Formats: sequence, C-alpha cells, structure tokens
Amino acid sequence: MRETVEISLQVNERAQSLRIEPRETLADVLRDRLGLTGTKVSCDAQVCGACTVLVDGRTVSACTFLAVDADGGAVRTVEGLARDGVLTPLQQAFIDEAAFQCGFCTPGMLMAATALLEENPHPTEDEVKEGLDGNLCRCTGYAPIVAAVLRAAEAGR
Amino acid sequence: MTIRTPERIVGEGAQVGRSMPRVDAGEKLRGEARYVGDMSVPGMLHGKVLRSPFPHARIISIDVSAALALPGVVAVLTGEDTLDIDPYWGHAIKDRPIVAIGEVRFVGEPVAAVAAEDEATAEAALAEIVVEYEELPVVGTLDDALAADAPLVHDGPIRPGLFHGLGTLPDRDGNICYRYGFERGSVDEVFEQAEIVVEGEYTFPGVYQYAMETHSVIAQWEGGEVTLWATCQHPFLVRAEIAALFDLPLGRVRIIVPYLGGGFGSKSYTKMEPITVALARKAGRPVRIVNRVDESMVTTRRHGAKTWMRTAADRSGRLLAREARVWFDTGAYADNGPRVTATGADSAPGPYRWSGVRVEASCVHTHTAPSGSYRAFGASHVQWAGELQVDEVARRAGIDPVEIRRLNLLTPGEQVRPGGKPLDADLIGDIRKVADALGWDEPREPGIGRGISVGLLAAGAHPVSSAIVRLEADGEAIVLVGSTEMGQGQRTAFAQIAAEVLAMPAERIRCQGTDTRFTPYDRSTGASRSTTLAGLAVQRAAAEVRADLMEIAGKVWPDAGDAVELRDGAAWWKGERRSYPELIARRFGLSGGQLIGEGGVHPEGTGSYAEGPVFWEVCIGAAEVHVDRETGVVSVRRTATVADVGTAINPLLVERQDEGATMQGIGNALLEEMVYREGMLLNDSLLDYRIPTIEDLPPEQVCVIVENADGPGPFGAKGCGEGAFAGIIAAIATAVADAGVRVDELPLTPERVWRSSQGQPKEDAKG
Repeated sequence: MRETVEISLQVNERAQSLRIEPRETLADVLRDRLGLTGTKVSCDAQVCGACTVLVDGRTVSACTFLAVDADGGAVRTVEGLARDGVLTPLQQAFIDEAAFQCGFCTPGMLMAATALLEENPHPTEDEVKEGLDGNLCRCTGYAPIVAAVLRAAEAGR
Repeated sequence: MTIRTPERIVGEGAQVGRSMPRVDAGEKLRGEARYVGDMSVPGMLHGKVLRSPFPHARIISIDVSAALALPGVVAVLTGEDTLDIDPYWGHAIKDRPIVAIGEVRFVGEPVAAVAAEDEATAEAALAEIVVEYEELPVVGTLDDALAADAPLVHDGPIRPGLFHGLGTLPDRDGNICYRYGFERGSVDEVFEQAEIVVEGEYTFPGVYQYAMETHSVIAQWEGGEVTLWATCQHPFLVRAEIAALFDLPLGRVRIIVPYLGGGFGSKSYTKMEPITVALARKAGRPVRIVNRVDESMVTTRRHGAKTWMRTAADRSGRLLAREARVWFDTGAYADNGPRVTATGADSAPGPYRWSGVRVEASCVHTHTAPSGSYRAFGASHVQWAGELQVDEVARRAGIDPVEIRRLNLLTPGEQVRPGGKPLDADLIGDIRKVADALGWDEPREPGIGRGISVGLLAAGAHPVSSAIVRLEADGEAIVLVGSTEMGQGQRTAFAQIAAEVLAMPAERIRCQGTDTRFTPYDRSTGASRSTTLAGLAVQRAAAEVRADLMEIAGKVWPDAGDAVELRDGAAWWKGERRSYPELIARRFGLSGGQLIGEGGVHPEGTGSYAEGPVFWEVCIGAAEVHVDRETGVVSVRRTATVADVGTAINPLLVERQDEGATMQGIGNALLEEMVYREGMLLNDSLLDYRIPTIEDLPPEQVCVIVENADGPGPFGAKGCGEGAFAGIIAAIATAVADAGVRVDELPLTPERVWRSSQGQPKEDAKG
C-alpha cells in the first residue's frame, strides 16, 4: 500500500479535503482528482509557466509544487477567474487583443497576469514583461499578450 | 501595428474582412477547452514508453518479467508483439517500426511500452524492464553519414509510404534516402564568364518545434474498431496509416481531434498513434500516452541542413545563375524528409529571373531523432543563404539591397518552375512595402544592420478538401470540416466564410473539431492551406445551402425571380421578410428539418507535386538589428513582414499569424539549436533548449497585409503564417551581415557572432 496523507485546501473558494500520495503535485491533484484540467502541464520543469496557479495569492508552478504544500491554503485556477459567468477585464482583454491562439499557455498566462495586476494594478510595459517572463507562448509572439494586460490595467482604472 | 493596403470590404454579408473575436475564445479563456491530455475514457490505462539510451545498438534481449509483476501493470509491449502485422510505418517511406525490432537507431527510439492503472506505476515499471544492448558504430552528423565508408543507418530497399507524393522513389544511395534536383538553362558557362561570383557554405541547426502541448493519444479498441483521440494535424492521413498497419477498413478507424496546443508541423502525419494503438491492443483496454517534452523533442524535429551555394551576376547587379547543393539531416527515419528536401530545393533559387539554375538536394540518414515538418520548412533552411549571396552581389555591384531585388525579381505571371503554377504575387510591390515599414531609408547608427529578404514557398500541399454546412431549423449553422484547429484560428475563418455566403452573423455558426466518423475528408492541416482549400470547400458547401434558401424563397414569392435578397439571416423582397427558420419550416412543414450543403475541392490536373503549388506563399521579412561586437549579442530592434493574403478573412488573425511567425523566426535565427554530440542530444529540456521569451520581443513589429484578391481561395484569399518565418530568419541573417559580421551558421549565438566579428576560428564542432 502506498503512503497517503490527508490535505484540506480551498480551490476556487470551495473547500476540498483529499487523501493523496505525498509525491502528488498540485497539478496532479487539480487535474486528476478535481477534474480542473484548465491548468496545463507542458515542460514539467518549471520553465514554461503553463501550469501557473495562485496559492495564497502568489504564483506557483503547479507541475513542481507538491500538493501537500498547499495544505491549508487557498488555490486559484483559471476556472475560478470568471464570476457568475462574467469574464474578468483581463480575460476580456485577451479576447479583444486576440492574445491567444492554441490556448495552451493561456491559463498560466492569465494566472500570472492576474497576480501581476493584483500586486501592481497599473504596470508599465516593462513591468508586464518582467511579470510574465516565466511564461512561454509559442504561438502569439507575446506582443498581443502585453497589449492585453495593459488594456486590462486601463480598464481597471 | 498593422498596415493594410488597400482597404477593402468584401461581399455583401460584411462577415469576411472583419476582425471578429475568435470563436474559441470563451472555452480557451475559461479553461474549458479540452486537449487530449485532459481527456479520459472509461477503463483507460496510462502508457509510458521505454526509450533507447543509445544512438545505435543491437537489442540482444528484453526481459519484461519484473515489470509485469508490478501491481497495477497490465501489459508491456515490445517489438515481438507487433510481428503478426507488417509493423513498419511512415507516410513517405515505410521505414519505422512501431517499437524497435532488434535494433535501435536513435536516442529516444521506443524499445518497449507499459500500460498500467496509473502513470506513476507505468513509470516505475519502465525501470524494471531489462534490456541488453550491443552498441554499434554511430553516424552522428551529415559529414559522418556522407563519408565513403559510413555505416548504413538503413540497408533494406525503400518501401514507399501511402502519402509520399513524389513519383517513383529511387533506391538508397548509402545513407541518402531521397534526392530531388533540377537544372535549367546554362549554368557552368555562365559561371565561367560571370563578373561577380559569390560562393559559400551555410549550416542550419536541428530545431525543436515546441508545440506546448506534447504529442498525446488515447486509443480504444471496441467491437472490431479502433477509436483514437489524437493530436493530429492530418487526421485522415493518420486514419489511413493506422488502417493499413492494423489491417482494418478505413471506416473502422475513427479519429477524433479536439483542440491542439500548437502544432507548427510537429503533429503532421503519424507520430505516437501506432504505438498507442498497439499498446491498447495488447492490454485489451484503452490506453493514453502523453509525451514529456524530452520525448516530443525526439518524436520529430526540424532538419538540420548544410547548403553549398554559388551565385553569378554581372557587374550591374543582374543575377545570372545559381547553383546549390543542400543536404538535409532527416535523422534515423525519413518522416517528412523527402518532402522537406524537395521544398528546400525549390526554394533554393529564390524568386529571381535566372539564365541558369542547378540544384541538388539530398535527404540523409543519421543516428539522430527523425526530422519532419516545421513551419516554412525548406524555405527556412535555404532562403537565408541565397539572400546573403544576393546582398553580397549588391555590395560588389554597388547597389542597394532593395534595388537589386527590384531589378531581378519575377513578376506576376512569370514561370517559377517549369510546368508549375506561375507567380501569383506582386513581390516587387511587397518588398517596397516591407522596406518602407522597416524604415529602410532612414539613417543608420553605428552597430546597426538592416536586412530584407524575399522568397517563395510552395503552399497548399495536395488540393483535396471537403466540407458540409448544415443550416438548422432555428437558423443556426454548423460547419463540418476536417481541418485541425491548432491555434491558427481557422474555425473562426470558416465561420466567417460560411456566414458571408449565408448572409448571417458568423457568431451563429459552430465549427468544431474533426471526428472522422462524421466529418468529411480533408487532406491535411499544413502548408498554409486551410483557409484557401478547406475554406473554399466551406464556401462551396455554404453556397449549396444558399441556393436552397433561394429556391424556397422563390416559392414564397413566385414573382420575385432573382430579386430576392439574403441579409441578416433572412430573405427579403419588396420590404417583406422571411427568416431562415421560417423558410426551413416552409420546406419541411412542421418544425424541424435541416438544409445541408456539400462542397469539395480536388486537383484540376493529376494533382502531382510538379503541377503545383496551389499558390506561392511569399516569404518576406525585414529586420533591423544591433550587433554588440564586444559581446556578440544581437538584438532585434524592429521587424516587418508582409502577409500577401489576397483577401484577409480576419485581418487581426492574419496579423497574429505573422507576429507568431516572426518570434519563431527570431528563435531559429538567434537562439534555437538541438545540440547533438555523437548521436546524444545534449539539451533535451527547456532548461537547456531556449525558445524566445517575452523579453525577446522586439520593440517594434510591423505586419503589412497586402490584399490583391489574387488567391485561389474563397473571396480571393490565400494562406499565410509560414512565409514570414523564413523571411524573418533571412532578414536577421542579412541584417547581421549588413552590420559587418560574416554569417554562415545559425543560430547567431553571441559566441558565434563574437568569434566571427573578432576574426576568431569557429568553435570545434565536435566539442
């Protein structure tokens, strides 16, 4: 029998208690146990940022973050951004700027940018780039993503 | 920043030509878009692949007993399990076993696969498989492979695959599995007498496409059929290969393609499907395999290439002759190497008027990962070499790079290659526009270089597509088309095309992924073909539905004749309106029913490669760089591209295609290289293999959209998204040369640039 532990955490403001193996990453738990497959895994080495989620307001790479370390914490994923079906200004800005293509980096981009805007609601272009330099995108070439984050910041003014 | 010339509004429906939001926005921004790795089916097992640690070895024995004994392991697949069928596949050359049989030919070749109840168990079981190897001599590089006494990577006869499309494949010549070449006019004579001759040798690295979603497949056998959920750009070609491999009728292989997390060619043709299907067959249960990045890197990659080229001109800068020999490193298995080789050869002359041209391209095996398609293949490999030589001719002739191109470029209607489609783009107009967009004539500061480049890419692949449009009783429409959404936005474009014809808002049209059981045939998603060819099929299918609507309207208003107008989802005559639901109800009596239209595209002639292409995609780019001679660092300050698209169905998505291609071009030109030593890949993770990040974004990017309505697609459209890639690579190379640094090997890493600018020897290639 493999060793298991019990963890309790908030995921998108809903309480979850789970019995998991200590080796399981937060990405495993979100995707496989909670069915929250919006969080993507690509490089699996904390380089690409596709798996970025927020734990207690800070960005983490869910692919290399052990779920046990989120015990007692509040996790936010892409599925938790829209409220009552209404997109956040950031999500809307991604639509208006066509700041996504294949959509695989998008959940991580949105979460990294959400954290950025919560910390710094009116970033400069350079601050946006600095805030997102841990998130890779192969499709867009980044320009529309920068534009979308700046547009969302403007909308939040 | 976009420049659109000229401003045009196409059609009465005002659906084509508008930058509507992408139809997949809601799903992708809410985290609801499903990719294969997000999906599971009841009873599904998880598959993991044991891969060869050696570039070349004989397999002496494989012992799977300890792996099978692990609780949770259901099956282990080895080559022996595939001997009841002909286990070799490959759309061009059938040279690749489902799992290794007796021999491994590259690091990462599948040797065995495990199916287990969960991924961790499958992973643990791999470590329990004992394989005894005998290492064999390694052909690590093109030079090794072409040496007189080189060991042979393959020695059997060539077995043509189902979709090579290259006429008769000749026998192997040592490690060369395919050759393509041509000679036109007088070459040797011109070179003997030419006033200017430029000659050089150029190296292009092997490159990883890095679609962020790795290759992923679910395979399920049920009732004598196999169903796959797979990351396929070409589901119908994969269906045929799986059917042939496992001896099934086409109709008993079903492929479902959800969203793809990028493709760029890496998911073209068959990849991880055969091994997943074989493992599911062995296990007797559905299996999902999701590659890791290091596995996808060696599943397919871009060819490394070596080009020798010379160009002759007179002292006025008139180009006279070009000769090129190109060797493509296709790795251990051919994959799409033969097509890449032919396309590269076709790109080698560049779109210029020559008195003589001689090109010979070879597709060469080495003991490295198989090489296949990546955006703008062929052109990306050789255009930069040719354009460096054109610039050198210009320098010696004392004329401007834009001027030498204006003097020598082909004009619309001129022959690009004998028997093929004549030039269908205004290249001279295009380069003027891209030069202006870059600020070509502005004064240059020290350390700044500017480059411009122009090329052509044979686009469209094979012209076979079909589509079905269904207008439902509530006035919403569904488009069924077998082209894959991998990020390029074709579902949005198809909705706009159908909406334009049906005179209704594109927002009321659904276009979902392929399911080969229901979706009509489409050849492939690649070669910038979807908008042009699948889009034409959609347009024709919608036209059938439109004709149906007009016929019903004719019954509503028998006196109206042709005067009925379709607008805003309704038919109109003399101020009277009948909505589409009303028209459909009129035909079917009670509520319900459906108007169905079919549309197809097929070759006008035999469909041979020589007759093509469907259209010539322009490969135009311009770049301004700063070269720091002390550190060798090249910074891209400004880029410009031309999307010569005939008609922009969705201008914003056109711009997005060129921006993405620009950034990948920057990656290929400056950063990316799969580093092999003796058949070992040294940088097999994204920690070591660096792609452009947001910090590499140039301060200024301009995309010029040219609309001359001269494409063969719907509303005069033609494809885009690849050409700029080759154009930008070449523009950066010529810009660095313009800054005074000799360039003959990509990527232009700081070390290479520094060595070249300081007159230092190149690093020892063998390390």
